[in-house]
Amino acid sequence: MSILVFAEHDNSALKSETLKTVAAAQAIGGDITLLVAGHNCQSVVDAAVKVNGVGKVLVADNAAYEHQLAENISLLVVELASDYEHILATALTTGKNFMPRVAALLDVTQISDIIAVESSDTFIRPIYAGNAIATVQSLDSKKIITVRATGFDAVTTDGNAEVVTLDTVTDSGNSCHVSDELTVSERPDLGAASVVISGGRGMQNGDNFKLLDGIADKLGAAIGASRAAVDAGFVPNDMQVGQTGKIVAPDLYIAVGISGAIQHLAGMKDSKVIVAINKDPEAPIFQVADYGIVADLFEALPELEAKL
Amino acid sequence: MKVLVPIKRVIDYNVKVRVKPDNSNVDLANIKMAINPFCEIAVEEAVRLKEAGTATEVIAVSIGDKSCQEQLRTALALGADRAIQIETSENLDSLNIAKLLQKIVEEEQPQLVILGKQAIDSDNNQTGQMLGALTGMPQGTFASVVKFEGDKVNVTREVDSGLQTIALNLPAIVTTDLRLNEPRYASLPNIMKAKRKPLDVKAAADFGIDLTPRTKLLKVTPPAERQAGIVVETIDELVDKLKNEAKVIS
Repeated sequence: MSILVFAEHDNSALKSETLKTVAAAQAIGGDITLLVAGHNCQSVVDAAVKVNGVGKVLVADNAAYEHQLAENISLLVVELASDYEHILATALTTGKNFMPRVAALLDVTQISDIIAVESSDTFIRPIYAGNAIATVQSLDSKKIITVRATGFDAVTTDGNAEVVTLDTVTDSGNSCHVSDELTVSERPDLGAASVVISGGRGMQNGDNFKLLDGIADKLGAAIGASRAAVDAGFVPNDMQVGQTGKIVAPDLYIAVGISGAIQHLAGMKDSKVIVAINKDPEAPIFQVADYGIVADLFEALPELEAKL
Repeated sequence: MKVLVPIKRVIDYNVKVRVKPDNSNVDLANIKMAINPFCEIAVEEAVRLKEAGTATEVIAVSIGDKSCQEQLRTALALGADRAIQIETSENLDSLNIAKLLQKIVEEEQPQLVILGKQAIDSDNNQTGQMLGALTGMPQGTFASVVKFEGDKVNVTREVDSGLQTIALNLPAIVTTDLRLNEPRYASLPNIMKAKRKPLDVKAAADFGIDLTPRTKLLKVTPPAERQAGIVVETIDELVDKLKNEAKVIS
């Protein structure tokens, strides 16, 4: 069997989640090809050839792919599709955006957000915000799959794949990029960090999120937020952890002033160790926390920072 | 400009689902159902476009058995002008849903189709993108701002690294994210008025589409439960536990 994996990147770095999606491809079993579609993305190609388990790296380097517009990327993948039984992308915003177009153009359905592989046509995925786990069999000849990275362990990066440059350019011409407003942070990516500290409505305002900085610095942590904190405008959307935000599963997750709504738990309950700091002893977050402390976060955070 | 808003009837977001004892699916018997929250945001956005004079007509469409008329009436109470129910008792895959919606798009010729980015039951996040591919329309998914400029629509999208704004030729597909708007509550007079708005029922079987399922649900199980943890009294104790018991910090 042949498997095509779409590489997630920003034209400069390969996202670490791709290593986990390749692990999902290995669990299916077959020859794995990685597709790097972008513009001026040689550094991504250099990283991609080292991904263990990958035999070939296809490179589509063209301005049409610079912003990974769904219309253009889906046409490219469809053009390549005949060589592969499985096409995988990471369930991040790029993969979620273009993959269903690929599926529809190929007249097959998509299996979204798999967390485990049962066999080459049967996959396990969470439904209802992770409150139920479905085992789903695809009846289509081709499997179009998005992978939830937290379900798989990253492959190593000591491989040596062959590079094949693609000349095809697919440009739908009916969409174009206007601008980006990207959050620049020195901290690790939420999806890749081994420690995450998140604030919720209890933080009261955006300024108070600074209370998390010192702790994050000491632990090398990424900073996240609950939907309530994002909706209230405390912090930007890319910090949201939850069912419809980012799904994280770090070694340590510290929830501060977060009550623990179903949709938030869906984004973090697979973390290895969960710590909850909340002044409400009845908050549902304590039901999933390994260690809880009932305390006013404005007292607890400075003390925690001092004692780490 | 016509706006089409496909909506889905799902479990109310406040209700915690239970898996059936025979692991065949989740148990939805006697459970409170509602319009999918993302679909509600889509209806609200369409109605605001009409109030702003950008849209001329808002058409809500839903696919399901008779019970989804309840959610269509909700959309009408929120301000949609008319509704279409595509009647089927089958639980259809996203691709088949998108194919049925494609037929409605061909009939109605909307300039904008606005949908929720995902349904909170299946969590698939597929239908809008699939409809885009089938109709050849460009898409702006996970939208937090939608702005019309001439014959284009600018969509600001919530992406992993922040916000991205793209421009789409019309007709186009938009899927909603949480921060696009805050849906209104339907007023009692509007709920009453909604009862008299037109609601067409069309049989899914009449569209001449092969609706054979593309997936088979083999089983549904409850997730692994986390063991209840402990409550510590002091920060010192917490730091000690994290260092020496959980060994997640050094």
